[in-house]
Amino acid sequence: MRALLLRDLRLALRAGGGFGLGLAFFLIVVMLVPFSVGPEAQLLQAIAPGVLWLGALLACLLSLDRLLALDLEDGSLELLLTAPLPLEGALAVKALAHWLTTGLPLVLAAPFLGVMLQLAAPGHLWLLISLALGTPALSVIGTFGAALTVGIKRGGLLLSLLVLPLYIPTLIFGAEVARRGAAGLDASTPLLMLAGLTLAVVALMPFAAAAVLRMGLR
Amino acid sequence: MQVSDLSVARGGVPVLSGVSFALAPGEALVLRGPNGAGKTTLLRCIAGLQEPLSGRIEGAEDRVAYAAHADGLKAMLTVRENLSFWAQVFGMSDLSPALDGYALRPLADRLAGTLSAGQKRRLGLARLLVTGRPIWVLDEPTVSLDADAVALFGSVLRGHLAAGGSALMATHIDLGVEAQVLDVSAYRAAPDADLGASDAAFL
Repeated sequence: MRALLLRDLRLALRAGGGFGLGLAFFLIVVMLVPFSVGPEAQLLQAIAPGVLWLGALLACLLSLDRLLALDLEDGSLELLLTAPLPLEGALAVKALAHWLTTGLPLVLAAPFLGVMLQLAAPGHLWLLISLALGTPALSVIGTFGAALTVGIKRGGLLLSLLVLPLYIPTLIFGAEVARRGAAGLDASTPLLMLAGLTLAVVALMPFAAAAVLRMGLR
Repeated sequence: MQVSDLSVARGGVPVLSGVSFALAPGEALVLRGPNGAGKTTLLRCIAGLQEPLSGRIEGAEDRVAYAAHADGLKAMLTVRENLSFWAQVFGMSDLSPALDGYALRPLADRLAGTLSAGQKRRLGLARLLVTGRPIWVLDEPTVSLDADAVALFGSVLRGHLAAGGSALMATHIDLGVEAQVLDVSAYRAAPDADLGASDAAFL
């Protein structure tokens, strides 16, 4: 398991691994928002939590189609299936590697991008907390989507169509935490819902992903 | 390992039925048959990558090391990193038999993506040595190997068999290894045989 995690991290950081792509995408999307809606501070402040959450979510989606497709292409996915690792565990580790290389940089960058969108002062902390709690769910759900579409040529778009609806609950509660935090309201209810959602998908999705992957490769 | 009355399907179509053989430690078995006869499908079943339609495979679980057309190499990892990843996955630590067996030591710090096709193949076969598994299931192991590398593979295989391992291979090349031959075309499934390919409706 640890070997798989280290291998995936190492591959992500080497040339062509795509590390930083999601982060750069997030940066550009957030930068484009003031150009599209205008520079009014009041308006930007109101939409900042939602825009930041949406940007992070789309950035997470960007690298999902590589998650299993590369391993399928070079044959290592089949070899992993014959290895003594439980497939559920291997997929959970791959989701963790995806989160560490894609989700975590987004979480850390988001408060700085919040400044660009005039996010109100206590909101940065809440944005950080909500993304830190929510993005693991995005990676795990995405792993399920990647397992579902792994054998399909040009499955990337299909993957997005399948995964985005599943992201909705996380988006709702995550953005709500950030919005309430920024407005100085009590954010504990959506925060608990967000944490509960993440825990549930982290517990269940690796099993679902392993089941569909076994079916797909047969 | 014992295989009895095995039937396998490819793409929902039964290709082989009633395959039975036994493989004892120290033995090698070569599968022969024309293209499309079902050699790869049979090997995938035995490796556990696909379910047989019927029949039993005994003594294969968690003892099989599988090598197919794709070597499972990561282009951006070095030869040594590729090998040590698989060694760790299989709970082994010693890479030297694999590096020495296939003369990979001079290449150990090269990225796998910069190797030639034959060198990649040698690395793919070296992976078998770091799995520590007794039964090798090999699908066309000598593809893109030159005569010297085939000889290397033959000697590694002899060593594996002498150490009590066994090998099941689909190959058309004489490896200089004493092996039984199983011609799978004798087990061809009847074209209209309905052996319960349950997923046929979806294909």
